[in-house]
Amino acid sequence: MEQAVKKQVIEGLREQILSMQGYKTVSKSQQNISGLELFAPAFPVHSFPLQGIHEFISESREQTAASSGFISGILSTLMKDGSPCIWISASRKFFPPAAKRFSLNAASIIFIDLQNEKELLWVTEEALKCEGLAAVVSEIPDLNFATSRRFQLVIEKSKVTALFLRENPRILSNTTCLARWKISPLPSILPEGMPGVGQPSWKAELLKVRNGAGGTFEVCWSGSTFEQPQKENIRALPIHELQAG
Amino acid sequence: MVCAGASHGRMMVIAANKEANAQGIHNGMPLADARAIVHELEVFDEKPGRKEKLLEGLARWAIRYTPLSSTDPDGILLDITGCSHLWGGEEAYLKHITSRLQSSGYTIKAAIADTIGTSWALSRYGKGVEIVAPYQQHFALLPLSPAALRIPGEITEKLHKLGLNRIERFIQMPRSTLRRRFGENLLIKIAQAMGDEPEAFIPITIIQEFEERLACMEPIRTAKAIEIAIERLLGKLCLRLKKEGLGLRKAELKGYRIDGKTISTPIGTNRPSDDPIHLMKLFALNISGIAPGMGIELFTLSAEKTEKMERPQEKIWAGQAGLNSQPLAELLDRVAGKVGKNAIHRYLPRADYWPERAVKQAKDLSEDSGISFHNPLNRPIQLLPRPERIEVTAPIPDYPPMLFIYQGVRHSIKKADGPERLERAWWLEEGEHRDYYTVEDEKGNRYWLFRAGHYAAENSAWFIHGFFA
Repeated sequence: MEQAVKKQVIEGLREQILSMQGYKTVSKSQQNISGLELFAPAFPVHSFPLQGIHEFISESREQTAASSGFISGILSTLMKDGSPCIWISASRKFFPPAAKRFSLNAASIIFIDLQNEKELLWVTEEALKCEGLAAVVSEIPDLNFATSRRFQLVIEKSKVTALFLRENPRILSNTTCLARWKISPLPSILPEGMPGVGQPSWKAELLKVRNGAGGTFEVCWSGSTFEQPQKENIRALPIHELQAG
Repeated sequence: MVCAGASHGRMMVIAANKEANAQGIHNGMPLADARAIVHELEVFDEKPGRKEKLLEGLARWAIRYTPLSSTDPDGILLDITGCSHLWGGEEAYLKHITSRLQSSGYTIKAAIADTIGTSWALSRYGKGVEIVAPYQQHFALLPLSPAALRIPGEITEKLHKLGLNRIERFIQMPRSTLRRRFGENLLIKIAQAMGDEPEAFIPITIIQEFEERLACMEPIRTAKAIEIAIERLLGKLCLRLKKEGLGLRKAELKGYRIDGKTISTPIGTNRPSDDPIHLMKLFALNISGIAPGMGIELFTLSAEKTEKMERPQEKIWAGQAGLNSQPLAELLDRVAGKVGKNAIHRYLPRADYWPERAVKQAKDLSEDSGISFHNPLNRPIQLLPRPERIEVTAPIPDYPPMLFIYQGVRHSIKKADGPERLERAWWLEEGEHRDYYTVEDEKGNRYWLFRAGHYAAENSAWFIHGFFA
């Protein structure tokens, strides 16, 4: 009993220290918005932080696709209230019809397709200034500390979530990101004996978490939310032995 | 050439040009008769209101000669008091107007006199005399036909019947006699033409354009000064727009440089706005592009397109407003101002199976196509702009391949879905159909592959078209 009280006090103090360090946690009512609580343990105060930058590092096209899917999953929870999202890119391959799979309304995503990096940074900063957006997704391969600091200052005012998809970054320097993710695809999971390709599954590695422990998750997308895969179901049959009909 | 319109159930000539007049065609003649006289007559259908519109246009144009301009049933009327000296006297003034109108193809007659009545008479019935000296309208009118007094046709006819075919014949008659025989109207018209009775002049009103001007005491060259100039102009313009309940959609800033060149900066907004701060931001993006040269001496800001604006109620709690939120519209305006409107896309489903045509661009933020995407569960999250060739090993027709090589990397396929056959829209393009497979390789990467054409056909080939999440 006494230990539990002690633990509670220490948790409280930790939270105070974090807020003094400038780490803003979402208000209690918004805490752990449904769908993202799966990842909460990896973050400080057990809550998925939304006011800041999440980076998604990708080293191949397949990882970019997986990251896009993972981002779509996060967006679907953020955009549940109908607020719009802005997707900024210089070489976009995102295919809007697929958004439905992530229970996402493609019509409320505004895509801004740009030519060069300078414009990309400018538009990203302007978008982050805009209040009332669910999130700003930006495909920025390279981001240095100074730029990320600028973004961070803007976000502190507007409280918008920034999700940066970084495909093949040249250098991975320090940034002000809350978390640095790496999403790689995992073999999909099907119930025993079923043919075909199942729901998307990923290995989500948290390479870096500000003030947090980090970790690695194996998740799959159930159609409406992130889920932990049921390991015992994984047993694929070779397709060429399956008979149709 | 004539203009013809229906009157009392038949087509009548309403107006005829000089050549037609010379052939004997006059106004009020049935069109069939006119056709009989001139076989190759060119006929224009009269549209109701065309004449009025034309005259009003001319009256508007004439504002450059005098601030008071008006139309009368078939002419325009200018009050030129105090204006003619700017063109070097009445003669030069009249000549300028007539030559300008003639050069744009009008056949006109004009006259200047002290009273409306006299100038009307002279411009229609006068011969030679165009300018009547002050107080000489009496003598100018004497040789004219009674019709020049703007009196109804039946009174003119009566006068002609009695042999009074010139004004001088009856103008000296006692007023009581004239009144008894021809009515009060004739006396009033005579008095108005002579200037003894007042006559109302109703000038046309020019709709004020939303334009603001700012002349600078000294030529402006710095960006800061330009900014201040724009701010002032916007302040004034927005105040006016606000009073009218309008919002700005398109505006243009023009700077007149002292070397005679004009520079212009256009802006556009996604939804009507009368917020000077927001509009200023749009201009601020372009200030660096304004080349002041030696200096700018005059700025004009004109609203080229305005729209009725729904003023939002002041909110106590700014909630989540979705796509119609004001901050979002302002953001998109800024982006469009900086990088161009074509950079912004929003996609709606289109009723088409073919992946390249599955989406269409939304025209604005509120458009909704009302349909949903075809088979969205089976579409990749990333679509290649062009399908890329791959090499495959596919042992059995209608089965997914066993392995494929893409960009030199070998992927052996462990799981697969398909095929989903998509046919081309033959009315749009030619080509092979596609059999799509969703495949997953040994590492868990998921791809969208297709075979163009039939399995054994000569021209069949395998492509990769997308990546699944």
